[in-house]
Amino acid sequence: MAKELLVPDNLLYTREHEWVLLLQNGNARVGITDYAQHELGDIVHVEMPEVEKRLEKGDTAAEIESVKSVASVYAPVTGTVVACNESLDPADVNGNPYDKGWLFEMSCDTTDGLLNPTEYRGIIS
Amino acid sequence: MKKFNEVELEPPKFYRTEGEVVRRFTRLSTLNFSVDANFYPLGSCTMKYNPKICDFISTLPGLRELHPMRIGEDSAQARTLRRILSELNEMLSDLCGFSSFSLSPAAGAHGELSGCLIIRKYHADRNDSIRNEMLIPDSAHGTNPASAAIAGFKVVTIKSGPTGCVDIDDLKRHLSNRTAGMMMTNPNTLGLFEERVLEICELVHSAGGLMYYDGANLNAIVGVSSPGAMGFDVGHINLHKTFAVPHGGGGPGAGPIGVRKGLEDLLPGPIFSGGKMISPSRSIGKVIGFNGNVGALVRAWAFIKTLGSEGVERASRDAVIAANYVRVSLKDIYPSFVSERFCAHEVLLSAEKLKREKGINALMVAKALIQMGFHPPTIYFPMLVHEALLIEPTETENLETLDEFISAMRRIAELSLEEISKFPNNTIIRHPDEARAARNPVLKG
Repeated sequence: MAKELLVPDNLLYTREHEWVLLLQNGNARVGITDYAQHELGDIVHVEMPEVEKRLEKGDTAAEIESVKSVASVYAPVTGTVVACNESLDPADVNGNPYDKGWLFEMSCDTTDGLLNPTEYRGIIS
Repeated sequence: MKKFNEVELEPPKFYRTEGEVVRRFTRLSTLNFSVDANFYPLGSCTMKYNPKICDFISTLPGLRELHPMRIGEDSAQARTLRRILSELNEMLSDLCGFSSFSLSPAAGAHGELSGCLIIRKYHADRNDSIRNEMLIPDSAHGTNPASAAIAGFKVVTIKSGPTGCVDIDDLKRHLSNRTAGMMMTNPNTLGLFEERVLEICELVHSAGGLMYYDGANLNAIVGVSSPGAMGFDVGHINLHKTFAVPHGGGGPGAGPIGVRKGLEDLLPGPIFSGGKMISPSRSIGKVIGFNGNVGALVRAWAFIKTLGSEGVERASRDAVIAANYVRVSLKDIYPSFVSERFCAHEVLLSAEKLKREKGINALMVAKALIQMGFHPPTIYFPMLVHEALLIEPTETENLETLDEFISAMRRIAELSLEEISKFPNNTIIRHPDEARAARNPVLKG
């Protein structure tokens, strides 16, 4: 029944089902994966981190409320929050998790420990 | 009977007869789902059935009319209330294996906070303030970490093992001289009795921490076992969950906090004992302006008095039997990783199999139950189980009602995705869109 879950090849991933896009300027754009939005169900509210907040890898960065529950989004890397997706419609996280549904951007020194698409596919299959 | 449609929800421009007014408001009153009219498998999680005699007794004029601040007076009314509250303290202490209760906290979470403050003061009084970590299993109710954090503790999550109970090795890894205590619900939120609770209490005690009992699931064990017997030091009871009091959100609640021998002096005052009001010497202080929500406390007293200790025990046994009857009758089509095991007062099933086979999820099952005249059970909690359906019939439902519910659940599993997606369509609000309602709430009529 379930449609194929998307795991784009140009992204890095965490075990907590976040994706990371390394931008030209060296910052990391963060969102949640297709699998995560599918598990959460209809998302109704996103609590963004404060810009300029320093986050250690694994710290709670954002919170996502769906009709089922509230879930934490963890910082996939250590760094400082530089931007949030101000124009985010919570429905975009469901409909377009890798594009319009991005959550925030943070500085990023290293992507060590993040998973490549093949490794992440192994986790969700 | 005339069926309501959305036009009839609007009041008419004018009423011509008294009958019109009476009929309109009587019909409107039937639009509320009520445990007086239908089965409600949320069970004690929200509020179990409240016997009418408890309402009757708590609203007797002599008990109802005394101002809460006059409870210390030397009048017949005040003496009677003090006696009732003292007896309630004794009865709760006996049932829980504790030494004394403070009846002050106004809700379960308020009791939890009071309990966390007691644990903090216990360590502070022993010059052991380095202990700032509260251990909480990942299956706990969300109020546990919230209460611990408000009381100033750092929350440390303990994993559940493959059986759904606390992983003892993970607990051992997290015990240290920073451990202030551990908060536990037993049976846990998966409806499973934590069989290694004695070992857990011993481990936490030998690390220097105190054990906190969340009384959310006391309805499964009251009269049979007790938090005191399991080794807990401090614990609250949600009176609405176990002793027939309206739920906090719908009226004044009550979450008495109890302690084992040796910790009584830390309780929030006043303590009702032997017909007197006592202020504990090393108390964490008062936690409420008045002396607790007396009306709710009298209801709980009436409930225990009416049933007696044998009746209270019978009630928990019946609650456990009812949950297991539902479990055995539905586990083939709604299996979860715990559904083969004997459960306590609630059974954790899952719509995962149905979702895999047909695309029908727990939310759709809940909506179809509304169609069939039942209140849905708790869904999507606990989060350890996908597509969770947490069903708690409690002790008050007869076999015929349980069979009707089971039959409805089986019929739901036979629906096609197309059919179930239309449900409910026989209610005043048809196939509600919970996502749209939460994204674009209409807060004004």
